[in-house]
Amino acid sequence: MPQSADKILDHAPLFREPEYREMLARKGREEGMPSNEETQKVADWTKSWDYREKNLARKSLTVNPAKACQPLGAVFVAAGFEKTLSFVHGSQGCVAYYRSHLSRHFKEPSSIVSSSMTEDAAVFGGLQNMIDGLANTYALYSPKMIAVSTTCMAEVIGDDLQAFISTAKQKGSVPADFDVPFAHTPAFVGSHVTGYDNMLKGILENFWKGKTAAPGTAINIIPGFDGFAVGNNRELKRILDEMGVEYTILSDVADQFDTPSDGEFRMYDGGTSLAATAEAINAKATLSLQEYCSQKTLEYAGAFGQKIASLHYPLGVAGTDELLQTISELSGKPIPDSLEKERGRLIDAMADSQGWLHGKTYAIYGDPDFVYGMARFIMETGGEPRHCLATNGSKAWAEQMRGLFASSPFGAECQVWPGKDLWHMRSLLATEPVDLLIGNSYGKYLERDCNVPLIRLAFPIFDRHHHHRFPVWGYQGGLRVLVTLLDKILDKLDDDTIEPGVTDYSYDLTR
Amino acid sequence: MTYDEEPAYQNDGDFHERLIADVLAAYPDKSRKRRQKHLSTAKAVDAPAEAEDAPALTECDVKSNIKSIPGVMTVRGCAYAGSKGVVWGPVKDMVHISHGPVGCGQYSWSQRRNYYIGKTGVDTFVTMQFTSDFQEKDIVFGGDKKLEKVIDEIGELFPLAKGISIQSECPIGLIGDDIEAVSRKKHKETGRTIVPVRCEGFRGVSQSLGHHIANDAIRDWVFDKREVEHEAGPYDVNVIGDYNIGGDAWSSRILLEEMGLKVVGNWSGDATLAEIERAPKAKLNLIHCYRSMNYICRHMEEKYGMPWLEYNFFGPTQIAAGLRKIAAFFDATIQENAEKVIAKYQPLVDAVIAKFKPRLKGKKVMLYVGGLRPRHVVNAYEDLGMEIAGTGYEFGHGDDYQRTGHYVKEGTLIYDDVTSYELEKFVEGIRPDLVGSGIKEKYPVQKMGIPFRQMHSWDYSGPYHGYDGFAIFARDMDLAINNPVWGLFKAPWKKAA
Repeated sequence: MPQSADKILDHAPLFREPEYREMLARKGREEGMPSNEETQKVADWTKSWDYREKNLARKSLTVNPAKACQPLGAVFVAAGFEKTLSFVHGSQGCVAYYRSHLSRHFKEPSSIVSSSMTEDAAVFGGLQNMIDGLANTYALYSPKMIAVSTTCMAEVIGDDLQAFISTAKQKGSVPADFDVPFAHTPAFVGSHVTGYDNMLKGILENFWKGKTAAPGTAINIIPGFDGFAVGNNRELKRILDEMGVEYTILSDVADQFDTPSDGEFRMYDGGTSLAATAEAINAKATLSLQEYCSQKTLEYAGAFGQKIASLHYPLGVAGTDELLQTISELSGKPIPDSLEKERGRLIDAMADSQGWLHGKTYAIYGDPDFVYGMARFIMETGGEPRHCLATNGSKAWAEQMRGLFASSPFGAECQVWPGKDLWHMRSLLATEPVDLLIGNSYGKYLERDCNVPLIRLAFPIFDRHHHHRFPVWGYQGGLRVLVTLLDKILDKLDDDTIEPGVTDYSYDLTR
Repeated sequence: MTYDEEPAYQNDGDFHERLIADVLAAYPDKSRKRRQKHLSTAKAVDAPAEAEDAPALTECDVKSNIKSIPGVMTVRGCAYAGSKGVVWGPVKDMVHISHGPVGCGQYSWSQRRNYYIGKTGVDTFVTMQFTSDFQEKDIVFGGDKKLEKVIDEIGELFPLAKGISIQSECPIGLIGDDIEAVSRKKHKETGRTIVPVRCEGFRGVSQSLGHHIANDAIRDWVFDKREVEHEAGPYDVNVIGDYNIGGDAWSSRILLEEMGLKVVGNWSGDATLAEIERAPKAKLNLIHCYRSMNYICRHMEEKYGMPWLEYNFFGPTQIAAGLRKIAAFFDATIQENAEKVIAKYQPLVDAVIAKFKPRLKGKKVMLYVGGLRPRHVVNAYEDLGMEIAGTGYEFGHGDDYQRTGHYVKEGTLIYDDVTSYELEKFVEGIRPDLVGSGIKEKYPVQKMGIPFRQMHSWDYSGPYHGYDGFAIFARDMDLAINNPVWGLFKAPWKKAA
């Protein structure tokens, strides 16, 4: 009997005990599964160039994509405003999914409501759901703002948010002057980064529409959809404070997704104040840190006479240099010595460790801006980002990536894969292997199938805890990414050399 | 047999009624009227004189399986979640297409912990996300042509897949696609089992209709479609409604095999299509999750004359009762074997209870889960000396609440389709020692300083079924409640205040 009260075995060891192995073997004989030989033959074929060509030729099927749908981005960006509750108009199951997805990554509450539309609403429209829903949300959860976005169901039947919200206000669901920004966020267009853009624009429209800007001295900064927002936004604010810049972050989820445990559940915490959001019309510039999360929003901000600029996830040396220089240029504030010193410390660390990083090859996937920023840093360490993939990456993004590869000898053998998924990546890794894979938790299946160590640096990270609490942006963040890469490389080297009397001559004390 | 030598605990029904009144006060009138029907306390019953089974302890009379109210933050999911996420997704040698936009499949990818043995991507496909990734043109022009190509591409790249299911997302039913016609056409072309499932998320009021639709799809698109080679034996049983979360079906199967039964199908954790197809040839259906799979059991009873029997493998009291109930269906040998199995595991049970009961006795628990656990785990907690203060179902029906009366004590707070507002207030009022619910509830509860275990995913632990699982269950409840972190919440300089 494998189990005992003294040493309780859970699933991982329990099912390796002889009783269970025998049971599973008996079950295996009754399952009608293919023979081991047949399975092995197909398994080998899936790693071949022949399979790769067929796989890359597929046009309709998507397998293991690295993207989510628009409303996820919409509820994420709305969470970064003061006491704002997202209200997603459409089927309710979607909202259960966004909440679970965000909670599993941040290990935090995620509060979002749905208008719970069902079959009758599909026939007659969801107006009554909007009227009742806004009233209930307002009464139960006392938000300062309700940000409305849509599921694909509401989009397919063509519900008109502007008209519905205005009717709901007439019916007294919420006060007439209560802020109810909205955005149509169809899941069948773009991805979560598109939804971030649409909802942010909807929120700014709520406060800015019909107004004239009186340009001041502050700048607006849009962080974009970012699983590391908790650490990154705080690092960003530290840098801005260090520079003495007046700024408004649109939107800041850092506190909302990092509430303390002290006995009180805070449904809302931190976020950009509604007053600051309204005032942000008067900024002299709006800077986006992720181009593909903010194209429409930047255009909108530009229409008010603001200067606009966008970056690609400011990670690493040049990424951070560009961040500081752009902020300095837009704000007129110089880059202080303190930050230059931080830069020097990052370079110092990179120089100390360059021997372990030079020539390493990588595959990187994630959102387009992340992949760009990450690949740029890898090349700064002497690494080669051989496969760069974004399921939600466009042709324009691919061109930018090719430009990046062309800027460095370390980009010579690198390829970009826009619109491809992680099953494509499996073929790439099987036929053209690399030393390390950078992505999110879904990458663990590639780690298993292709025997490539996974470094988790992108959203979502479900199977490791708290990484998002530390920044990857800025020189400090660069240091943290550098250590993450080195730890993976050196841990693997130790694992590979640990066998006593066989390989442990290489199990060096100092590396 | 009972492990509860203490006097039965009491729940303060009056206090719970006051909590209900308090939360209802927060709603606008229209919603209050609707919500109040879903909240109650378990009431004492007069035991029926000649009841066939043991009489219910209490009556849990709330309205259920009704539309959620907009804007209240229901915890519920949708029909797609019930079909793809629960019933079909675990069938391991089939490819399940999330048909529509990318999100549904993405958020549900690998989240149910349906353990299985196989070479993923080669002969099994459970922890993968297959989607037709609808774009605007598919909505405008229809997605049937794309679906055909998707099926062709699966055929080329995944030749060992035994079948394909098409899990409809919301747009499919709204744009008038004919996935049944595509399925018939492709089945004719390839001979492969292809199952269209109309589980669009807007159908019904929760996951529950998705279970029903998924069950009906098995009836209509799998049963009696192919010649099944299976040598039927006298002790063949199917386990129905065990999704093998964290290996639950395995720690159950081992007991059934030990008592001499042969499990010829496990639905649907670690299942193959062959196990689904041959199910009607077994002698008996054993159903664990009644809510999600009673439909197909009733169908097999009507069509094939197969009896079915509900059982509960959480905690030693229910496991022993379950083993005896199952054995009673068979001959004396099986019945003797059942007693031997119970006796074999008794020392383990005694040791687990001796170790953990002193640490858990008298601890109050609130539950809010899905299909069967709001009642099924009650005795497992009580075996450890713990007390159930409140329970409720995300998507239960009247028959679930009726069955709940066989488990909970008088005065237990009962909440159907609870809203986040209500649950927070109930937890705040009762301040239980443990809450067992889902990922969306976990962090708000923990912020309040109250220990929590996810009771859908076993919080990444498990199995919890069977005797081996009970030991893990006991350990997990202990480590949740007795971790030192709960004592650190208040800063020392705040304690004096």
